[in-house]
Amino acid sequence: MFKSMYNWIDERLDITPMWRDVADHEVPEHVNPAHHFSAFVYCFGGLTFFITVIQILSGMFLTMYYTPDIINAYASVDYLSHKVAFGVIVRGMHHWGASLVIVMMFLHTLRVFFTGSYKAPREMNWVVGMMIFGVMLGLGFTGYLLPWDNKAYFATQVGIKIAASVPFIGDYIKTLLQGGEVVGAVTLTRFFAIHVFFLPAVLLALLAGHFFMIRKQGISGPL
Amino acid sequence: MAHDRKPGEKVVFVGDSRVRLKTERLKQPDYSAYPGKSEAFIPNFLLKEWMVGVVVLVGILALVMSEPAPLGYPADPTNTAFIPMPDWYFLFLYQFLKYPYTSDHYVVFGTVLVPGLAFLGLMLVPFLDLSPERRFYRRPVTSALMIVTLLAMGYLTYTSWHHYKEELKEKNIIPEDVKREEELRAAKGAGKAAPSPSAGAAKKVAMVAPDDPGAAVFKKATCVACHGGELKGMPSSGIPALLGIGDTLSKDDILGIIKNGKGNMPAQYKDNIGKGLTDADIDKLANWLSMQKSK
Ligand code: HEC
Ligand code: HEM
Repeated sequence: MFKSMYNWIDERLDITPMWRDVADHEVPEHVNPAHHFSAFVYCFGGLTFFITVIQILSGMFLTMYYTPDIINAYASVDYLSHKVAFGVIVRGMHHWGASLVIVMMFLHTLRVFFTGSYKAPREMNWVVGMMIFGVMLGLGFTGYLLPWDNKAYFATQVGIKIAASVPFIGDYIKTLLQGGEVVGAVTLTRFFAIHVFFLPAVLLALLAGHFFMIRKQGISGPL
Repeated sequence: MAHDRKPGEKVVFVGDSRVRLKTERLKQPDYSAYPGKSEAFIPNFLLKEWMVGVVVLVGILALVMSEPAPLGYPADPTNTAFIPMPDWYFLFLYQFLKYPYTSDHYVVFGTVLVPGLAFLGLMLVPFLDLSPERRFYRRPVTSALMIVTLLAMGYLTYTSWHHYKEELKEKNIIPEDVKREEELRAAKGAGKAAPSPSAGAAKKVAMVAPDDPGAAVFKKATCVACHGGELKGMPSSGIPALLGIGDTLSKDDILGIIKNGKGNMPAQYKDNIGKGLTDADIDKLANWLSMQKSK
């Protein structure tokens, strides 16, 4: 039945070439851990993506309860972690995933660095990778404020103070992030918007570029 | 024409004529330069990846179930005792700002120059390291720079965390999320509903024994000018609240602070005697302050 449904759609939209473009390629021996165990280092990028997907999904569930205002933010996180069925799992996955994604991304970067895979013709993909790195750190920084407990509040206060010490543009960065005189209601809504709309959108665009380039260039050869 | 096509015939839409009709597929990378046991991505390799993914997911879930995500008490901007700490992967940057040539007048070195150069250098590494050599042990300069950076980051992260732990021990502070978790566990053990502190009402410490003779002395003494009639202090100017001070200081400690001052607080004894208070009054005052316990 699925086959005839697929055929029905394919007949109209000719979708086969689209996914075939993505799917049809071989995995060479030197990156396949089934043949050389040490090739597990080539899995780090894929695992980073896997955890990124977990982050996006668990984050979507978190926003079903989370309320980005200074009165309710803490209370909603508290409610989610202690009263909602499986809420503690959803929040736990997002919390630990945020650290793991940084770890995996770091390992992936080191793999690419030490195998010299950033060299011609893959320079552009390395630069895109570094931008992804920056976006990920931004997601970590903005997400840290959202539970609105003391740890979140004071870390953000210090973070913004450090950003404000940048010469020339420091004050503008501060205004942009903080929104008002102190870290407060406006800061929280801004961080929320940046964390769930702006940065994920940028991240997805960059990832699309990253994957397109990998598919186009293939994985780098053996050392 | 689409309306008189034979059944089963495929219609191909050309669409906007400015878009070239795609005739060529994205090409298969050619791995003949390094032949070996390559295998198809779909389904062979993807299935193996799937299995690895499942194992990783189980690992993450085990972590999540054994260590719930921490949550402290609601943010209280007037809290002056809280030690700010960023998430662990920012610790090395945070620690880096604590050295003489990366703080105060030189803070630009710490916030912009060094991290900026490092990030820029890393970003542009494909354009700096131009040799075709890929093996790391044949690229000693590039590899050494990275290894030194990694060691420095490791050291800074460790030092930052170590200092934080020391400070907690020294000031006898239990991190709030740990305290909160213990509270929740205790409430559960006692069969009570989990307490949920809501913002604003965050652990307000009440004044103890406002009718004590010491309270009257406090209003007459110099203290009130800084610490305030309600003992709330002025957190924004670095003057701590004295509510709950009895938790950490004894009567003798407080007498000592009155006589000798502390940190930014000048000694107060002479001024108060000058204001007409007696030693007995000051004794009452210290006694009352030591009664200010949060529980
Ligand atoms: C000039 C303003 C000023 C006056 C007047 C003053 N204090 Fe203080 N007090 C401070 C400051 C500032 C601190 C914080 C000192 C530090 O830790 O650097 C402080 C700290 C303290 C502490 C220690 C609090 C802690 O959390 O460790 C006590 C106790 C105290 N004051 C009691 C008094 C008493 C009693 C009086 C009146 C006799 C008084 N103070 C008058 C400014 C003042
Ligand atoms: C969300 C973060 C990221 C994801 C999901 C991701 C994903 C991937 C994947 C799946 C691959 C295929 C090879 C492999 O798995 O090792 C890859 C290759 C690559 N990545 Fe990433 N990556 C991320 C971040 C980065 C970063 C931070 C960099 C470096 C600055 C980077 C640079 C590269 C380069 C240059 C390649 C090509 C390597 C080669 O052909 O051997 N990526 N990436």
